Amino acid sequence: MRFSPLTKYRLLKKRLKPSLKEMGLTFYVLRKNASAVLGAFIVASFIFLALFGPYIAPYDPYETDIIHRFEPPSPSHPLGTDKLGRDVLSRLLHGARYSAKAGIVVLAISVPVGVILGGIAGLFGGWIDEIIMRITDIFLAFPGLILAMAFSAALGPSLENAMLALTLVWWPLYTRLVRGQALSVRESAYVEAARSRGASKLYIVFKHILPNCLTPILVTFTLDMGAVILSCASLSFLGFGAQPPLPEWGRMVSDGRIYLFQAWWVSMFPGLAIALVVLGFNLLGDGIRDALDPKLRRITEVG
Amino acid sequence: MKAKERLLKVEDLKVHFFTYGGVVEALDGVSFDLFRSEVLGLVGESGCGKSVTALSIMRLVPRPGRIISGRIIFDGEDLLKKSEKEMYKIRGSRISLIFQDPTSSLNPLFTVGYQVAEPLVYHHRMGFKRAWDKAVQILAKTRIPDPPAKARSYPHELSGGMRQRSMIAMALACQPDLLIADEPTTNLDVTVERQILELVKDLQREFGTSVLWITHNLGVIAELCNRVVVMYAGNVVEIAEVEEIFSHPLHPYTQKLLKAIPSAQTVGGKLEEIPGTVPKLINPPSGCRFHPRCPAATDVCREEKPSMIEVRAGHFVACHLYSSGG
Repeated sequence: MRFSPLTKYRLLKKRLKPSLKEMGLTFYVLRKNASAVLGAFIVASFIFLALFGPYIAPYDPYETDIIHRFEPPSPSHPLGTDKLGRDVLSRLLHGARYSAKAGIVVLAISVPVGVILGGIAGLFGGWIDEIIMRITDIFLAFPGLILAMAFSAALGPSLENAMLALTLVWWPLYTRLVRGQALSVRESAYVEAARSRGASKLYIVFKHILPNCLTPILVTFTLDMGAVILSCASLSFLGFGAQPPLPEWGRMVSDGRIYLFQAWWVSMFPGLAIALVVLGFNLLGDGIRDALDPKLRRITEVG
Repeated sequence: MKAKERLLKVEDLKVHFFTYGGVVEALDGVSFDLFRSEVLGLVGESGCGKSVTALSIMRLVPRPGRIISGRIIFDGEDLLKKSEKEMYKIRGSRISLIFQDPTSSLNPLFTVGYQVAEPLVYHHRMGFKRAWDKAVQILAKTRIPDPPAKARSYPHELSGGMRQRSMIAMALACQPDLLIADEPTTNLDVTVERQILELVKDLQREFGTSVLWITHNLGVIAELCNRVVVMYAGNVVEIAEVEEIFSHPLHPYTQKLLKAIPSAQTVGGKLEEIPGTVPKLINPPSGCRFHPRCPAATDVCREEKPSMIEVRAGHFVACHLYSSGG
């Protein structure tokens, strides 16, 4: 018997109905949470700007115009111009993708590394756990930003090296998070119950332990997105990250800071952009945490 | 009843826990039989090794515990000689375990129906849709109201009684030969306990499952079981039919235990207690482990460990009081 694509679609929809309903509920709770919606909106705008910013920027971000330097915000330059007469808005729009890139690349490497190492440490225990965790401890013993500064100073200042440095600093946090989670889930009664029902080790890891580690990972991931962007901007601000003339936000704040009393808009707008994006990710992260907890989720449904 | 066919034979089972403080002899030569389609009660105080016995049968004794010696013959095969892979196929499919605390024994992230269906999927290689339907059927058998809806609920949305019902459904999903229930009603209130007992009785009759019911509650034993195994400090002290235990308890410990139950006849009187406490199982008492608390203890009891003797048909006791006479 052959089904038309439409019938197939309907059958699929019917089969997925319960899980879709559950997902719908998650989004519903997220939608009802005003600050999470605000966070999601900010994050969505940020992603949009990272993708399409350069196409909507009114000027070339590298084009200097010495005659029009330090122009205050005006209709022709909505956010003013900097010391070389470059349009701050255009630079801001171009800069979004550098921050986004930093956040995504750093976490895309450190989360899997952390999950795998932390999972191995937590599940196997014994000397493997000792080795992994002691190395993790060494990394965690140094203040993150200072360690990142050291790495990036040693590697030579550039945006790529700043990202590499941040990755080196970030994975231990996830290793420790996942290890702790795996340890507690491994000892839980439902894992023992699953063993008593004849579930194999691999089955337990993928069906019981990983899903129960996922919520904290996802929440930390969202919150960390903001933190990584902030750290990357900090490195750039301090001169360890993006180098001029790259329109990286932290760099822009740094470039404008000596003219703060003369031309506040040069530092202020990139600074605000950083703050807003970090806030957005934090709000969204908190919202996701509430929405993913089945207990909190159902309470909202009733209320 | 048909001729008694032996389903499980535990023979001289010794389980020790190797802790920092010393070796804890949790089980010191436990032996008993379990016949097909019977409900066997396992009673004893906390810490006498009831749960360790259950976990040993499943081969799930947690570290630092180890099964030192003994044999666990299940349906003609020694479980202690099985590989871990072979045990996967037995656990949940031929022997199931119900835990004491249904709340923490359910994974909070999956629906109840999913968790009941799970063993069907990996033991019977059933498709998920069929397994789900079967799960709903089994949940219906446990008399959960509105099973299709409850199957789609998460554990925290159910009451304690309903959670324990779903645990029972999970344990019975693959229609095991043996169901081990480790104090499954301790955390429930008495009305729910009563309902669960009724349920297990009915399901046991319907499926013909053998049940090993672990409890410290003699009332539950009287209600449910055919035969009773009384344990004390890692030893089996008495085995008998349930009526026999209540009418003619032989071991001094069993006698004391029965006297410690409040009854309707002795209103206002003081309940008898057993003097002393359960001995520590690091350095257990020599000879009969009950002798420090036993009113009838003699020199023999201090020195020699009593062996199991059959005093009447089907009534076994491990006590020197009966070995001299018989």
